[in-house]
Amino acid sequence: MYKILEKRELNPTVTLMVVDAPLVAKKGEPGQFIILRVDEEGERIPLTIADYDREKGTVTIIFQVVGATTEKLNHLNEGDYIHDFVGPLGRATKTEGLKKVAVVGGGVGCAIAFPVTKKLHEQGCEVHAIAGFRSKDLVILEDEFEKNSTKFVRVSDDGTWGDKGLVTDALRKLIESGETYDEVITIGPLIMMKFVCALTKEYGIKTVASMNPIMVDGTGMCGGCRLTVGGETKFACVDGPEFDGHEIDFDEAMARSATYKDFERHAYEETCNLFKAEVK
Amino acid sequence: MPNMSLKKNEMPSQSPDVRRSNFKEVALGYTEEQAIDEAQRCLHCKNKPCVGGCPVHIDIPAFIKEVAEGNFEKAYEIISESSSLPAVCGRVCPQETQCEQKCVRGIKGEPVAIGRLERFVADYHNAHSTEKAKTPAKNGHRVAVIGSGPAGLTCAGDLAKKGYDVTVFEALHLAGGVLVYGIPEFRLPKSIVQKEIDTLKEIGVKIETNVVVGKTFSIDELLDEYKFEAVFIGSGAGLPKFMNIKGENLKGVYSANEFLTRINLMKAYKPDSSTPVQQSKHVSVVGGGNVAMDAARCARRLGAEVTVVYRRTEAELPARREEVEHAMEEGIEFKFLTNPVEITGDEKGWVNGLICRQMELGEPDESGRRRPVPVEGSDFKIDTDCVIMALGTSPNPLIKSTTKGLETQKWGGIIADEETGLTSREGVYAGGDAVTGAATVILAMGAGKNAAAAIDEYLQNKGE
Ligand SMILES: Cc1cc2nc3c(=O)[nH]c(=O)nc-3n(C[C@H](O)[C@H](O)[C@H](O)COP(=O)(O)OP(=O)(O)OC[C@H]3O[C@@H](n4cnc5c(N)ncnc54)[C@H](O)[C@@H]3O)c2cc1C
Ligand SMILES: Cc1cc2nc3c(=O)[nH]c(=O)nc-3n(C[C@H](O)[C@H](O)[C@H](O)COP(=O)(O)OP(=O)(O)OC[C@H]3O[C@@H](n4cnc5c(N)ncnc54)[C@H](O)[C@@H]3O)c2cc1C
Ligand code: SF4
Ligand code: SF4
Ligand code: FES
Repeated sequence: MYKILEKRELNPTVTLMVVDAPLVAKKGEPGQFIILRVDEEGERIPLTIADYDREKGTVTIIFQVVGATTEKLNHLNEGDYIHDFVGPLGRATKTEGLKKVAVVGGGVGCAIAFPVTKKLHEQGCEVHAIAGFRSKDLVILEDEFEKNSTKFVRVSDDGTWGDKGLVTDALRKLIESGETYDEVITIGPLIMMKFVCALTKEYGIKTVASMNPIMVDGTGMCGGCRLTVGGETKFACVDGPEFDGHEIDFDEAMARSATYKDFERHAYEETCNLFKAEVK
Repeated sequence: MPNMSLKKNEMPSQSPDVRRSNFKEVALGYTEEQAIDEAQRCLHCKNKPCVGGCPVHIDIPAFIKEVAEGNFEKAYEIISESSSLPAVCGRVCPQETQCEQKCVRGIKGEPVAIGRLERFVADYHNAHSTEKAKTPAKNGHRVAVIGSGPAGLTCAGDLAKKGYDVTVFEALHLAGGVLVYGIPEFRLPKSIVQKEIDTLKEIGVKIETNVVVGKTFSIDELLDEYKFEAVFIGSGAGLPKFMNIKGENLKGVYSANEFLTRINLMKAYKPDSSTPVQQSKHVSVVGGGNVAMDAARCARRLGAEVTVVYRRTEAELPARREEVEHAMEEGIEFKFLTNPVEITGDEKGWVNGLICRQMELGEPDESGRRRPVPVEGSDFKIDTDCVIMALGTSPNPLIKSTTKGLETQKWGGIIADEETGLTSREGVYAGGDAVTGAATVILAMGAGKNAAAAIDEYLQNKGE
């Protein structure tokens, strides 16, 4: 059982939790993730290690409420316990030798993009962070990105926060203005990452995309998280979650991620109804 | 005078019509009368050929004699001397190629139903014994066990009985290995596995779930930092194989591991489960082992029509005979000498067909079996909306890649001494599927047992 030490709402659908998990905190690195089960009968879901404190033995997770499990998780409060919490899983982001990097995050993907941004910044790398949200009220981690980047570019779909437009527009502008990058790191919705990768391919800039397929065990046992990368089948939980963005078959990944859509919509509605009934 | 009936006592079972829509155990077990009657078929052969067929050498005629006389607890004690998981092995051992294959009664007629008797004895004990497991006096030595499948659990149990302070580390949230995530409830009720695990806990074994050794910490850290004096690796062979054919990543294509894990470990067959599994009309299962049978029978129970596609003939099916018969009774169709070449999908990326090629038997291969060769121009399509790949598994490379000096075979199996389980690292032992590749519960258990004895000897000598 893993105690929730702190809970904070970052926006109406995104929550941050600090969890007591000393073994994970001791080893976790940016780019890695954990798998949790909220309760005894719960589903296993992966969430990125958004931050960690090795001394205090805590791990921070940031999640968006999108379905039944994240909804249940969001109903837990400080002092409550998460039933299972295993990690760190996956490979850490490779940051050695990078001198200048653009990190491109979209939506809740910014939570996943943040730890690597911070790490790069701490090791003295020049970091240009581009964060995109649908609108101002969905923005998360603004101060954190501001503090941990050399340049911070804000964009929103509706223009209520920073420039109106897409992260790809912002990235193109930077590249066109003469900025050169050792690498672009992108994390967000699949469709966004697909277009970021298409753009950087044009300019021949190495790009790493952090993939988040459906997972079960997270240890390489089920193959449910498989993707096609460079024509080969890879398991995101052990070979990834980051891959060369120019090699990923995004269309296949997008199709696969919708496998349980109908089932999940139903489960989500059930969970919501359950909580509503409790409130009454 | 022994019972000279040529046939085994039939196993009372749920009828196929009923069981194909539930996940309750299929075989119901002998009654006391049936068990005694069956035990009386044993001739108590002096040279005990049956014992030679059992990988852990249970004294079969001795325990059967006690059953015949109605001394069921005595029979349990005899089995316990050699096996720590009789309720499990009595259910899942491939008896027809092990103990029962060697039974003299099998020369003319059917062999003694050794497995069923073993199951009966274990179930009788579990239902009647009130004895609490004794916590042994501690000897002060600490041993770590990686993985909680039959290999790990057996090794942990044997060491704990000798007074060792044993901690089992398991990657998943539940202990039991394949016994809980792979083999379905209708073949091996999870309560039986849970009971074995509870007994281990009673004798002082600590079980730490949610620990992935190689990620959460390494074997070297277990030895140096956490001060374990020896480590047993029983991490199994969990990495699924795919065929690398076109369409394998379409929606609706599963590895058997994923399909079975969703159903067994995550209980997706229950209507209130939060883990989804696809509802399909027609499921095709590729493969012919126990794993393929389990996947096919689970799919059947979820309401699908099921076809098993296997590239050799019925005679070569590696699955336990009983499971094949059960599968056929449940209305599962088999296509033999058939090999998939492509999976087709619709415009939304869902599976809609499996293109197969007819095979014929050619020259024998290294294993002595005649190799199936494709018949040109024989391709045909099975209309199907779900394909499950049950092609076998290999050891996960994680432990090897994070343990310096641990030698493995090219295919990933850890190299370990056959008798002791000692690996290329001092104090590090291994056994079960992690060493042999996908094998059987009884072999994994035997390896755990041998390693426990070797670890005991190693630490006792080291202590002096
Ligand atoms: C390695 C990894 C790291 C992740 N890190 C984070 C994180 O830090 N913060 C965060 O909010 N989310 C993260 N995710 C996604 C998160 O796991 C899913 O949002 C979560 O599983 C949804 O569970 P649910 O039961 O609430 O929703 P569900 O009911 O399972 O799903 C609701 C909707 O989301 C879709 N969906 C489900 N899982 C995924 C997925 N993996 N990717 C895309 N869409 C999905 C479903 O198709 C459905 O439409 C990560 C995923 C992976 C694989
Ligand atoms: C579906 C199916 C049906 C089967 N049917 C039969 C049958 O009828 N009869 C029979 O005799 N055999 C059968 N088998 C084979 C049998 O189950 C295995 O041979 C046996 O379970 C192997 O035992 P093990 O202890 O070596 O490994 P496993 O049972 O595989 O257990 C290994 C455990 O180690 C854990 N682990 C792995 N890596 C790590 C790590 N890095 N850190 C921590 N934990 C880790 C895994 O999560 C797992 O729980 C079947 C197998 C399957 C998959
Ligand atoms: S353990 Fe298996 S092989 Fe040995 S006697 Fe029992 S059923 Fe037969
Ligand atoms: S071989 Fe058969 S008949 Fe002979 S002792 Fe063994 S079980 Fe009994
Ligand atoms: S989540 Fe099961 S193999 Fe990756």
